[in-house]
Amino acid sequence: MDATSRTFVANARAGLRDAALQTSLARFQGGFQVKRAEAAERLPEFEALRDEARAIKDHVLAHLDHYLERFEERVRASGGTVHWCETPEQARERILALCREADAKTVTKSKSMIAEEMALNPFLEEHGIEPVETDLGEYVVQLADERPSHIIAPAVHKTRDQVADLFHEKHTPLGRTRRLERVEELVEEAREVLRPRYLAADVGITGANFLIAETGSSAVVTNEGNADLTQILPRMHIVIATLEKVVPTLEDATTIMRVLARSATGQEFSTYTTVSTGPRRPGDADGPEAYHVVLLDNGRSRMLGSEFREVLRCIKCGACMNHCPVYGAVGGHAYGWVYPGPVGAVLTPNLIGLEEARHLPNASSFCGRCEEVCPVRIPLPGLMRKLREQEFAQGLAPAAVRRGIGAWAWLARRPALYRCLTGIGIGMMGALGRRRGRFVRLPLAGGWTGARDMPAPEGATFHALWRKERKA
Amino acid sequence: MSGAGGREAILGSIRRSLGRGPLDEAARATLDARIADPRPNLVPARSDLPQAERVALFTEMAEKVFATVDRVAGPEAVPGAVADYLAQHNLPPALAMAPDAALDAYPWADKPLLAIRRGRAEEADRVAVTGAVMGFAETGTLMMASGPEHPSTLNFLPETHIVVLPAERIGGAYEEGWARLREQGAGEAGDADDGGFMPRTVNLVTGPSRTADIEQTIALGAHGPRRLHIVIVEEEAP
Repeated sequence: MDATSRTFVANARAGLRDAALQTSLARFQGGFQVKRAEAAERLPEFEALRDEARAIKDHVLAHLDHYLERFEERVRASGGTVHWCETPEQARERILALCREADAKTVTKSKSMIAEEMALNPFLEEHGIEPVETDLGEYVVQLADERPSHIIAPAVHKTRDQVADLFHEKHTPLGRTRRLERVEELVEEAREVLRPRYLAADVGITGANFLIAETGSSAVVTNEGNADLTQILPRMHIVIATLEKVVPTLEDATTIMRVLARSATGQEFSTYTTVSTGPRRPGDADGPEAYHVVLLDNGRSRMLGSEFREVLRCIKCGACMNHCPVYGAVGGHAYGWVYPGPVGAVLTPNLIGLEEARHLPNASSFCGRCEEVCPVRIPLPGLMRKLREQEFAQGLAPAAVRRGIGAWAWLARRPALYRCLTGIGIGMMGALGRRRGRFVRLPLAGGWTGARDMPAPEGATFHALWRKERKA
Repeated sequence: MSGAGGREAILGSIRRSLGRGPLDEAARATLDARIADPRPNLVPARSDLPQAERVALFTEMAEKVFATVDRVAGPEAVPGAVADYLAQHNLPPALAMAPDAALDAYPWADKPLLAIRRGRAEEADRVAVTGAVMGFAETGTLMMASGPEHPSTLNFLPETHIVVLPAERIGGAYEEGWARLREQGAGEAGDADDGGFMPRTVNLVTGPSRTADIEQTIALGAHGPRRLHIVIVEEEAP
């Protein structure tokens, strides 16, 4: 997928000015935050389960080669095939080859962020195969020719009115000419339009929340049941997943499931958790005749050896973006690639390069809420800070920023001078601002005072006050 | 290429990142032992209850996620409960039923107006009736396993799914379901110790299909069933 992370600042400005987006964002974050907090509250073991989920993921990462080999053995034993792909290009070529093997004209797809990494839909279309997104949010995004703006709620940026207009426009050629108003009607129409597509599809492509080494199974979690109709009706089921999705046993997957839905939507459990093992068995009346797992690396094996290994624990629940004030202000599209929000700010520079995505780790106030809610306790602010350090070290930040930081660092290493200069500065600001109590404008801080006033200091620095207090 | 070359390149890159070569025999054996003897991790205490309270918790949790639950006194009452449910919801008295011996044991002949077809679900089917391997009180979740006696399409294609579940099959936590599948698989395939016990498709189902993709407003029946009705049968068949 082509990235627009380079223009994050402009993207964010556009997001802030988009009234419909602001309406959608205001509604969604409040809801998700309350529901997650309530779900965590209802389960006394929730914090302990987060620790276990984290430990399982760390154990897997330390033995990733072994669990992947085990997984492949079990897939083969159950009649399926694993395809190892280093790059998104290799993965989509492999998927295309499998689709051709199945003589596919249409392919149903349930939501997968990996497919976005591969830009799979446009690629299949170029080669004469029609991909049909089946997750409702993903279907909306496909109809609108947009990209998902959230990893579990792809159309969160759209209002009901916008969806109503979109369905009216796109479904009118199908003979559905009435513009619908209510959410239930819109869901119903999508159900009716998509049902024949499921039945006609030759191949079904799903993502995976887990790959289970013990049994050679893939597991996928949805609320709509779309991943199920996608995989049990067509002749071929293709699972696409990245390396770090593997877990040792069904029990390990179960522990992570217990924190997944609660962190994501605040549900006790998602409606459908489906564990799939190989193709249809003798005597089965339904199910796919072929089962393939396309394993994608795309930089993960390299990240494993870097200081960013911990982000590979991510189970893609979306809690960090649901709680991020920056995501909540600018929306997911601003981030410019597959993964938005705090986890995107760490993953994206690692996967497509810091030069392309250097703005993302800077788009954080380091308030720490993402780390607080992450079910596998990824230290996201700390990882973003490491990226900022790299940005500085590699000279990617603009010259003015680097000079500013350099000057500050020089001063901060000289405590006597620092105290002297800050004492003078604060004293001057206190005297100048005494009358109004605040500054409407400050030199060199126009961006900061553009949206708020700076309170005038009351006369002494923290250092000075601290020393006075200690002496007293 | 994504053939053997891709595999070796990826495994090699993982090992370089981990700063080691392939694991030695002993390390592999330790990891394989963890897989061969899968232990539950922390299991929430919530469902650790006497059986009657488990059934009550199962019911409460299932109803919270928009399933409906009916409890009947014995196997002879099942066909009547199903017929009543269809009538209440203006559904046709036609069932696509799983070819499951446990379901055949109910006296369907008592309700001669019910047209029953056994097999997988087809596009036109409106109501499916199936059993379930287990129910879990923890979250009101049902576990269903595919096989000749339970085609998976029955769980997803028809807009109404009726599940008949003997009360004794209601357990506490999901882990009990994995244990049961391993046990059943050991009886059939005889290779439960190497993961060969898994049915092709295992569905954990918690309520009817839903979506909140438009303005976080919950709507039921997104793609799967609009209605999930669970008939809990109190007594075992004689």
